[in-house]
Amino acid sequence: MSTFNSADIAAFNGGVWVFCEQRQGTMMSTSFELISEGRKLADELGTKLYGILLGHNIEGIAKELGGYGADGVYVCDDPLLENYTTDGYTKVICDTIEEYKPEVMLIGATNIGRDLGPRCAARLHTGLCADCTHLDIDVPKYKDFLRESSTLAPAMIDSIKEDDRNLKMTRPAFGGHLMATIICPRFRPAMATVRPGVMKKAEFNQAKADACEIIKPEIKLTAADMQTEVVEVVKAAKKLVDLIGADVVVSVGRGISKDVQTGIKLAEELAEVLGGVVGASRAVVDSGWMSADHQVGQTGKTVHPKIYVALGISGAIQHKAGMQDSECIIAVNKNETAPIFEIADYGIAGDLFKVTPMLIEAIKAAKAAK
Amino acid sequence: MKIIVCVKQVPDTSGKVAVNPDGTLNRASMAAITNPDDLNAVEAALVLKEQTGAEVIVVSMGPPPAEGMLREVMARGVDRAVLVSGREFGGSDTYATSQILAAAINKIGVGEEDIVMCGRQAIDGDTAQVGPQIAEKLHLPQVSYAAEIKKDGNTLTVKRMLEDGYMTIKVKTPCLITCIKELNTPRYMSVGGIFECYEKPYEIFDFNTLKDDPLIDLTTIGLKGSPTNIFKSFTPPQKGAGMMLEGADKETCEKLAGILAGKHLI
Repeated sequence: MSTFNSADIAAFNGGVWVFCEQRQGTMMSTSFELISEGRKLADELGTKLYGILLGHNIEGIAKELGGYGADGVYVCDDPLLENYTTDGYTKVICDTIEEYKPEVMLIGATNIGRDLGPRCAARLHTGLCADCTHLDIDVPKYKDFLRESSTLAPAMIDSIKEDDRNLKMTRPAFGGHLMATIICPRFRPAMATVRPGVMKKAEFNQAKADACEIIKPEIKLTAADMQTEVVEVVKAAKKLVDLIGADVVVSVGRGISKDVQTGIKLAEELAEVLGGVVGASRAVVDSGWMSADHQVGQTGKTVHPKIYVALGISGAIQHKAGMQDSECIIAVNKNETAPIFEIADYGIAGDLFKVTPMLIEAIKAAKAAK
Repeated sequence: MKIIVCVKQVPDTSGKVAVNPDGTLNRASMAAITNPDDLNAVEAALVLKEQTGAEVIVVSMGPPPAEGMLREVMARGVDRAVLVSGREFGGSDTYATSQILAAAINKIGVGEEDIVMCGRQAIDGDTAQVGPQIAEKLHLPQVSYAAEIKKDGNTLTVKRMLEDGYMTIKVKTPCLITCIKELNTPRYMSVGGIFECYEKPYEIFDFNTLKDDPLIDLTTIGLKGSPTNIFKSFTPPQKGAGMMLEGADKETCEKLAGILAGKHLI
């Protein structure tokens, strides 16, 4: 066994790392988001930022990460890493962490990241915070965040000591009713999975991409390490809706129950004139009216489009958690006391089946008049 | 063959959630339910029991009142239940929880043909970490996000969901599977089951029961043994309400379109 000791904090001077997930040779957009966020954390810590990229024949996509802020990328290329497997990825990542000792490790909270992260943290004996939506090192910045995003009393925020240098990992809990900031003070690396779509992608810089260093760690993986076999990887036949990247999201809720097909069709038409995509509340997905890739909310996707239209959505906290940071929220609901109106920029108390067609016409007219 | 299913009692976060003035959750004011994904894991185990005659055992970590939940799960057809409960276990994060549950599962014993099942995640913490961490502590292969499970001898073929499709994965027992709601529809308790559930074996594992397992060490369990700590907890502010537009007619819609155009949003 190696002499790796996760409690020997001082030994972890290998920088901030981001697990850069790729699927079939295409980088996941969350990898660029996390590199952009990781850059800020590395700057606050005064250290370097590295990506760690696993796969087979993937070196060609590594340098692009530099364009978003990575100083270097650990490229782990092996035929056994062609498809994601828990065993293969966990072994290679843990071996590489044990050798190079990063102090922070960020992983996108995708279905793969949330399989990989806990397994690595358990093996390394360190802490992992799940599905984070905000990260800080510097306490003064963290205090600014609390002033903006919490209901804590100002005196309580002011009293937080400013010398803490741990990664402060903030995440929603209890369906978004509570937020918790978690630290991992006694072990390294401090690990977090980060919700896709939350961190903003930086401006791409070609010169930095060209300068990005490629490091090839030794890979000690054999077929005997793999306890599962990937028989096939199937992409969804239907093109999945890209809620996270959309500028406009028009979502439908239980209010469409009277005539589901028409309700969805109206949302699609409105989304089309606004140049957006259609989302849904949990009730709509649970009822089987729309597929899960449309779901916005705590258990679905987090979106912050320029325009978010909520049609017939009451606004349960679990839905709000996924959309309340949208720039402009428009709500249409029959019930004028629906909680969605508490966060909407513009509310119309009315029947979505009557209001939506009029809104479509009005927007078409307003666009034509421009 | 045994199937060991991990279940958790959680506050029902879909209804009204009460928060104490200090920012902690007022659990006493909320209904306690069995975590929804865990019921899918129980159902998957019961389906395999019907096919193979396996014994199904549920394990939960929590305070003594969780017995009620475990009896209910037995009323659905589970054969026996173990509650892992003790002061030393309190305050555990996912790492420490997985150490304790793995020790409890070791005590029950994982044989060559056995399967451990968990729900994908619990609705109170939404971490999805304890399942994979138990698998690591038990040195078992894991398949998470299972939407379909087929068993042929000692080989399981699992449809593992991804955001953009799925993988088909083959794994041999013993292994750990985490289940999502697409996997099945949990059955209800049967009248006979409710009758029998109080006769079925129910055990409590406390610190003394588990203390000889190398995983149980006061430096790796409970609040003190947890690698993560809460730095602050708080409630998010409500975004301020905006403008309610009068009426719900053509004029209202034209006014809204005008505002959006004025703000260059369209």
